Amino acid sequence: MVPPTATSTAVPGPGEAATAAPPGSPPSRARRPSRWLAWGFLAPVTLYLATFYAYPLYRNVELSLREYTVRSFVQGGAPFAGLDNYRTVLTDQAFGSTLTHTLIFTAASLAFQFGIGMALALFFHQHFPLSRTLRALILVPWLLPLIVSASTWTWLLNSDSGLVNAALGVLGVDPVNWLTSPGWSITSVIIANIWIGIPFNLVILHSGLQSIPAEVYEASALDGATGWQRFWSITFPLLRPVSAITLLLGLIYTLKVFDIIWIMTKGGPTNSSATLATWSYRLGFGNLLPEFGPGAAVGNLLIVLALIAGLGYIRIERRQQLR
Amino acid sequence: MTGLSRRRRLAAVAVLALAAAAGGACSSSSDQPADGGAYLVWDPYPQFADDSEWVALLKKCGTSAGVTVKRTGYDTTDLTNKALLAAQQGNSPDVLIVDNPVISTLAEAGALTTTDDNKLDVSAMAANLLGAGQRDGKTYGVPIGANTLALYYNKDVLTAAGVDPAGIRDWASLNSALGKVEAKGKKGITFSAIGTEEGSFQFLPWFWGSGAQLTSLDSPQAVSALTLWTDWLKQGHAPNSVINNTQTTSWQEFATGDYAFAENGTWQLANAEKLGFPYGTIAIPASAGGPAPAPTGGEFVSIPVQRSTGRYATSQKLVTCLTSADNLLATDTTLSYVAPVAAVQERQASTDPKLKVWVEAVRAAKGRTGDNLGTKYPKISEALWTAVQAALSGGKSPGEALAAAQAAATNK
Repeated sequence: MVPPTATSTAVPGPGEAATAAPPGSPPSRARRPSRWLAWGFLAPVTLYLATFYAYPLYRNVELSLREYTVRSFVQGGAPFAGLDNYRTVLTDQAFGSTLTHTLIFTAASLAFQFGIGMALALFFHQHFPLSRTLRALILVPWLLPLIVSASTWTWLLNSDSGLVNAALGVLGVDPVNWLTSPGWSITSVIIANIWIGIPFNLVILHSGLQSIPAEVYEASALDGATGWQRFWSITFPLLRPVSAITLLLGLIYTLKVFDIIWIMTKGGPTNSSATLATWSYRLGFGNLLPEFGPGAAVGNLLIVLALIAGLGYIRIERRQQLR
Repeated sequence: MTGLSRRRRLAAVAVLALAAAAGGACSSSSDQPADGGAYLVWDPYPQFADDSEWVALLKKCGTSAGVTVKRTGYDTTDLTNKALLAAQQGNSPDVLIVDNPVISTLAEAGALTTTDDNKLDVSAMAANLLGAGQRDGKTYGVPIGANTLALYYNKDVLTAAGVDPAGIRDWASLNSALGKVEAKGKKGITFSAIGTEEGSFQFLPWFWGSGAQLTSLDSPQAVSALTLWTDWLKQGHAPNSVINNTQTTSWQEFATGDYAFAENGTWQLANAEKLGFPYGTIAIPASAGGPAPAPTGGEFVSIPVQRSTGRYATSQKLVTCLTSADNLLATDTTLSYVAPVAAVQERQASTDPKLKVWVEAVRAAKGRTGDNLGTKYPKISEALWTAVQAALSGGKSPGEALAAAQAAATNK
C-alpha cells in the first residue's frame, strides 16, 4: 500500500515537523506551505497507523456490537445487537472465574517478576567475576520462542513423566498434577510466566541502576548508612520512574498473555486456568462454530483493562511531575 | 495535547480521512479472483512438499482438465478460519479440501456449492462417510479418505500379562485385561482427553459404544461411559496426563513401551512400524460387546462458491479426477487413510492385510455432524469435552458433569 521509498522519507517527518513549527510559536499564514509539507511527511505514518491499528480496532468494536453467525460473517447483513454480546459475556457463568484468573495471573506474575528481577538487578549491579556471562544466561528465557518455553514447561510439569514430579519423588513428596488438576493449573502457568518475564524486568531495572549517580552512594556511605537503608532511601526512590514503566509494560504484556497458557493447559481443565485472553480466543477460534461477537467483546474488555492501567500510569506520573 | 490548535486538529482529521480512503481503495481492488488462469487448491496437508506424490497428482489432474493448478497447504486448524475469511472476501479457492466436521460450518455460511450445482457424482461413496457432508438432503462435498480410531496394543506387554487380545470383546474383558497388565507392573491404557475437539473425538467411541446419543448427553449410558474413563484414572489404569494429552503426546506415551493399549488412529500406522516392539490393533469394544461405532475422521473435497460460476465445470473435473478409484487408492495409501469407496477398500485390505481392522472400523464408524446434527455438533462437542475434563480432573462427578454439559448444549 505504501511504496517502500515513502517509508524511508517518513523517518525525518517528525523532525521536520518540529523544526517547521516549534512548540509555542504562534501560527502564521506565511508558514502555511511548510505546514502542509509537514503534514505530507506525517501522512505515511498516519496511513500506516490508520490501516493497521485504527481500522482493525474499529472492526473489532463493530464485530462486538453485531450479532454475527458464520452465515452473516460471510454473506454480510449481521443485525446490530447493541451491547447484547457484552451482556452475554458478562452474564456467562465463566466470566467471574475468568476475570479472577486474569487478575490473579497478572498480579502474581508482576509481583514475582518484579521482585526477582529487582533482586537479580541489584546482584548483577555489583561487578564480580563471571557477572556478565551469568547475566547473559539469565536472558535466555527472553530469547527463546514462546512455543519452545511453553512446551518445555509442559514436559517438566507432566504428571507422570515430568522432571518436577520426579524431583519431588526423590524428596519424598507425592506427585502433583500440575497441569491437570483444577487446583494447580493456574499456579503452573503463573510459574512459567514468571520465569519468562524475569529477564525483561532484570534488563530494565539494571539499566535504571546504572543511571543512579555513584556520588549519592558515596555520600551515604560516609554518613554510615547500612545496605538496607541505602536500598530503601536511595535506590528504590531513585528507581521509581523506571519501576513504574517496567510495571506498566509488564502489566500490559501480562494481561494479554495467551500463548503460554494455551500451549500448557488450553485454559483447562474446565476453565481453571482460563484468562480473558484465552477465553476470547476460544470463543472466536476454539470451536468449529466460531462465536465472533462474544469473542470480540471479551477482546475489547481486555483492551479497556489495559487502557485503564495506562491512564492510571499517566495520572500518577503527572502528579509526580507536579510535586 | 491540550496545546493543539483547532487548525492542526482539522488537518489531522483530513489526513486520517485521506488515509482511510486510500486504505478502502486498496482493499476493494483485492476482491477480484486471484490468478485468472490457474485453479487454486487449498488442502490441510502441509507435510507434503511440492515434489510429493500428492502435489504431482494435483498437477496431473489439472493437466488433464486443461488448466494449471496452484496449490497451498495449510495447517488443518488454521484452514477453517482461512476458508471463512476467504469466503467473506470473495476469493475462495476453486477446490477446498477440509476436515469433515468443518463442512457443515462452511455450508451453514453459504460458502460451499451443493452437488446439485457442481454436478459431482457421489453415488459410489459409503453412506456413513458421506453423512458428515450432508445437511437437509443436500451434499456439500466428496470424502477423499477416512480414518478412525482403534486400540493399538503392545504384544510384549499383553503376552507377559497373559492377556489374549482376541478375547477383548466388551468393557468388562477390557477392564480385566487392564487389571492383569497392572498386576505385572505395566501401565494400562493411554488416550487423549484434551479440552478441544480432539478430546471429544477420542471419547465418542466409548460414548456411542455405551448406547448414548449426542442429543442426550446426560443419559445413564453416557454417564456409564464417562465413569469408565474416570475409574481408569482413579485406579491408575490410565495416566493422569491424558487430561492434557493430544493424540500425538498420547502416542509418544505408548511408544515408550510401558503401556498395554493406546487409543489412536489410522494415521499412526507409519509410526507404528517404527515402534521398538511388536504391536497389533483391535476395534474399540462397545459396552455390551462387538465393535463400538467410532467417529470418522478424514477430509472432504469441496467446491466453494465462486463469483464466476463458469469455473465450476473445470473444478468438477478436478475433483472427479482426485476422487477416481485409482487416484483415491494412491492418495489414501500416502495419507494412510481408508478409502471412502467399498471397491477401493477391498483393494486396500488385500494389498495390506493390516488394514483389515481399519476397514472394518471405518465401516462401523459414524460421522460426528451426521444424524442431521450439522452445526449443532460443535456446541454439543464443546459441552462434551468440558464434561470429560471436569470428571477426569475430579472437579465434578461424571453424572454432574454430564448434566451440566446437557444444560450447556441445549441452552446456547
